[in-house]
Amino acid sequence: MNSVEMIDIVKQYPLVRAVDHVSFSLGEGEIHSLLGENGAGKSTLMKILYGMTSPDEGEIRINGKPVKIKSPKDAIQLGIGMVHQHFMLSPVMSVTENIIVNHEPRKGWLIDEKKAEQQIQELIDRFHFNIDARAKVQELSVGEQQRVEILKAIYRGANILILDEPTAVLTPQEVEELFVIMRNLKNDKKSIIIITHKLKETLAIADRISVLRDGKMVESGLPLDNVTTNDLAQMMVGREVELNVRRKNTNLGEDYFRIQDLKLSERGVQVLSGISLTIRKGEILGIAGIEGNGQTELIEVLTGLRKADSGTITMGLESIHGDAHTFLKHKIGHIPEDRLTRGLVSEMSIEDNLILGYHDAPQFLKQGMLQKKNIQSYADEAVNEYMIKTPNARELVSSLSGGNQQKVVIARVFKQNPDVLIVAQPTRGVDVGAMEYIHHQLLQLRDEGKAILLISADLDEVRSLSDRIAVIYDGRIVSVQQAEDADELSLGLLMTGGKEARHEQAV
Amino acid sequence: MSKLSNRLMQTSSIVISLVSFMLAILVSCIIMLFCGYDPIFAYSVIIEGSLGSVRSFTNTLIQATPLIFTGLAFMIGKKATLINLGVEGQMYTGAMVAALVGMTPLPLPGVIHLLAALICGVIGGGLSGALIGFLKVKFGSNEVITTTMLNFIIINFCDYLVNYPLKAEGAVAQTNKIVEGALLGKMIPGYQLTWAIVIAVIAALVVKFILEKTRFGYEIRAVGLNMKAAETAGIKVGGVMMKAMLFSGALAGLCGAVHVTSVGKRFISGFSPGYGFSGISVAALASDSPLGIVLAGIIFGALKTGAMYLNMMSQIPTEFVSVIQALVVIFVSAPLLIRALIGADRKKKGGQRHAE
Repeated sequence: MNSVEMIDIVKQYPLVRAVDHVSFSLGEGEIHSLLGENGAGKSTLMKILYGMTSPDEGEIRINGKPVKIKSPKDAIQLGIGMVHQHFMLSPVMSVTENIIVNHEPRKGWLIDEKKAEQQIQELIDRFHFNIDARAKVQELSVGEQQRVEILKAIYRGANILILDEPTAVLTPQEVEELFVIMRNLKNDKKSIIIITHKLKETLAIADRISVLRDGKMVESGLPLDNVTTNDLAQMMVGREVELNVRRKNTNLGEDYFRIQDLKLSERGVQVLSGISLTIRKGEILGIAGIEGNGQTELIEVLTGLRKADSGTITMGLESIHGDAHTFLKHKIGHIPEDRLTRGLVSEMSIEDNLILGYHDAPQFLKQGMLQKKNIQSYADEAVNEYMIKTPNARELVSSLSGGNQQKVVIARVFKQNPDVLIVAQPTRGVDVGAMEYIHHQLLQLRDEGKAILLISADLDEVRSLSDRIAVIYDGRIVSVQQAEDADELSLGLLMTGGKEARHEQAV
Repeated sequence: MSKLSNRLMQTSSIVISLVSFMLAILVSCIIMLFCGYDPIFAYSVIIEGSLGSVRSFTNTLIQATPLIFTGLAFMIGKKATLINLGVEGQMYTGAMVAALVGMTPLPLPGVIHLLAALICGVIGGGLSGALIGFLKVKFGSNEVITTTMLNFIIINFCDYLVNYPLKAEGAVAQTNKIVEGALLGKMIPGYQLTWAIVIAVIAALVVKFILEKTRFGYEIRAVGLNMKAAETAGIKVGGVMMKAMLFSGALAGLCGAVHVTSVGKRFISGFSPGYGFSGISVAALASDSPLGIVLAGIIFGALKTGAMYLNMMSQIPTEFVSVIQALVVIFVSAPLLIRALIGADRKKKGGQRHAE
C-alpha cells in the first residue's frame, strides 16, 4: 500500500495553474525525489500535502484512506512532517526544548525535562543523528540544525517526511551525513519526499523520481535504473541541456589580476594567511573549498568591502586600494555569495536593482537626478537580454523566483562590462535552466578576455567552468592546478586538508 | 499581473491605515462609553468643530502644519533605518534660531528677513540632526538614546534662554516679538491661517521628489531596505545616514522656524505640545508616504481642533484625542492583526507568489 496518494490534483491561482491534474504516489519506506524547475509546481504540490494550501480538485489518500488536510496540524496528525528550507528553531534554546515545544511530556503541571531529553537522545542514537540533545541550537552548524528539524518531525510521529531542498544549505560532507540519516529512516519504514534541484544527489539517494514541468507531471514514479543526470535535466527543462559546459579557452591573455600575500585576521584568528593568486585575461580561476575556509573574507577583500591587514591587489600595473566604490569604478564586478543579503534590495524594483552600484554612471545620473527614461530602457533591455521572467522591470525583485533574482544580479554586473569578475556561488539555489544560462554567460565573458575568479561550494561547477583550479583550506591556497589535471578525489582530499597534512609530515 | 499585485500591496498598506484608523475610532468610542460619555455626540462635535465651517477648517490646517513637518522629518530618518526621536529638540533649535534672526531688526526687506529666519532655522535644526548622525556613524552611539538625551539639553537650554537672557518684558517666558515684516502672511484676510500650510505641502512634495528622483533618495532607499547590499554596491552607508539625519533635522528645524514666524510670532517657552512625537503617529498612519503624511497630518489636526471645540462644548476631556492617536499607532504597527481581520493576507499570498 502506498503511504501517500495524490490523485488528479488541481490548484489554480488567479493567473497561473500551479498544479494541473497531477497524480503522485509515495510508497512505504521509499525515498522519492520530486524534481522540477522553480515555478514548476513542486512546492505548491507539497504545500497541498502539508495542508498549507488547499487544492481546487483532486483527492489525497494517506495509507489508503481518503483524507482532507486543511492545515499543517491535520497533516502532523496524519503522520506527515515537513522540513522547510528556512529552519524554524529558537537559537537560544536547547535541541530538546526546540523539539518538544507544543508536545512536551508532562509531569503534573511541569514539563518532564529528564524524560524529554531521554526520549530525544534515544531517537538521536537510533538514527545516528549525531548531535547532543542538550546543546543549544545556536552552537550547531547548519547541517546539525537541519537534523533538529527532521528530529522534530519524527518526534511528532511523522512517517512521511517532506524535505524541501535540504541540501541547498549543506556542505558536501553534511550532504553525505544527511543521506546516511535518510537511509536509516528508510530502513525504519519511513517514507521520504525530497525536493531538489541537484540531479547528482537525486541519483545518489532516490529510489524513484517524479518530474514536474509547468504544473504538469511529466514523469511519475520513474525508477532510477539507467538514468543519467542529463536525462533528468532534459525531463525538467523539456529540451536538451548541456550540463557540463566545458569549453577550452582560446583567448588566453597576459597575467592581469594579481593578489599577493593577502593576510587578514579576525579576533585574533588568522582567516587569510598569505593568499597569492594570479588570473590571466581570458581565464577562469576556480577556487574550490569547503565553506568557511576563508572564501567569504577573500571575496570581501577582493571587492573592497574589507581591508586586508597586509598584501596587495593589482590590476595590470595599477595597484588598487579603497572601498567597494573604488573597486567597482575599477571595473571589478562582483557577484555576491548570497544574493538576498548582499546582492539585491529585494523590496526595490528590478529596475532599481539593475543599476545598484552603477547608479552614479553618467548614463543614469545627471546632476544628482536619476535619468528615469534611460534607466527604464536600460532595464527593459536587460530583462530581455538576460531572459528575466517578469511582466516588466518595474516589479519588485521579491516577486521573482530565485533563479530570476540571480539573473538580475548577473545582468547588472555583466552589462557593465567589467574587466575583472569576482563571482561567488553564481548558481546557488537556481534551477537547471538558469544554471545553464549563467554558465554560458560566464564562459562568454571569459572568451571576451575577462579575468574571472570563481568561488563556489559546488565542486562540479568549479570543475566544469574553470581553466585552473585552486583549493582553499584554512585560509591558505593549498594547491593550484590545471583543470584537466584535477580529479574529484584529489580535490576532495585537498579541500579537507587531507593531502596537506601528509605533505607537512613529509617535510 | 504583478503590477496589479504591487498595486494591491500598496493599496493594502492604505487599507491597513484606514482600517487601523477606524478601529482606533471604534475603540475610543468604547472607552468613552465606559467613562460614561456619549461617543456619537463627541464625534459629531469633533467633526463640527474641525470641518464644520471655514474658520474651523482653517484652524484644522493650522494644527496640521507642524504635524506634517514632523511627520516628514521622522519618516526620512526611518527610511535610513534611524529612529529620530529628536525631532522635538531639532524643532526647538530651529524655532529658537529663527526667532533670534526674526526678532533682530535687520536692514532687510521683510520677505528676505523672513527667508533668512527660515533658512537659519533649517540650518540650526539640520545641524542638531547631523550631530546625531555623526555620533551614530563615528562612534556607533544608538540614536534613540542620543536623541532622547539631546532633547532634554536643547529644550532646557532654550527654556533657560527665554527665562533669562532673551526674556521679553512681562510675566511670560518668551522672546521679543518677531519683526512685523518677517512674519508669514495670512492666506485669507480675517482668518488666522498663514502660508505656513503651503510651505508644509511644498516640503512634502520636495521630499517625495527627492526620494523618488534623486541619487540621495535612491541611496536612502537602498540603505534602508538592505544595508548590506547598499554597502556592497559601494554606497557609503555612514554618509547616507548622516545626510538623512541632516535632512530630517532640517525639516524639524523648518517646522520650528515656520511656527515662530506664523502662529507663535515669537519663541514661547514650551510652545510645542509634543509635535515632534506626534510626527511618529503621523508617519505611521501615512505608512511613510510623503503625500500620505499631508493627509494624516490634516486628520490629526482635525482631531485636535475638534477636541478643543469639544472641550468648550462638553465635559469630555481633550485627552481622548491623544487616546485616539495612540490607538492609531498601536493598530498601524500591528499590520498582521489588521491583515488577519480583513483577510488580506491570504489574498496577498495567492497573488504574489504563484507556483513555486
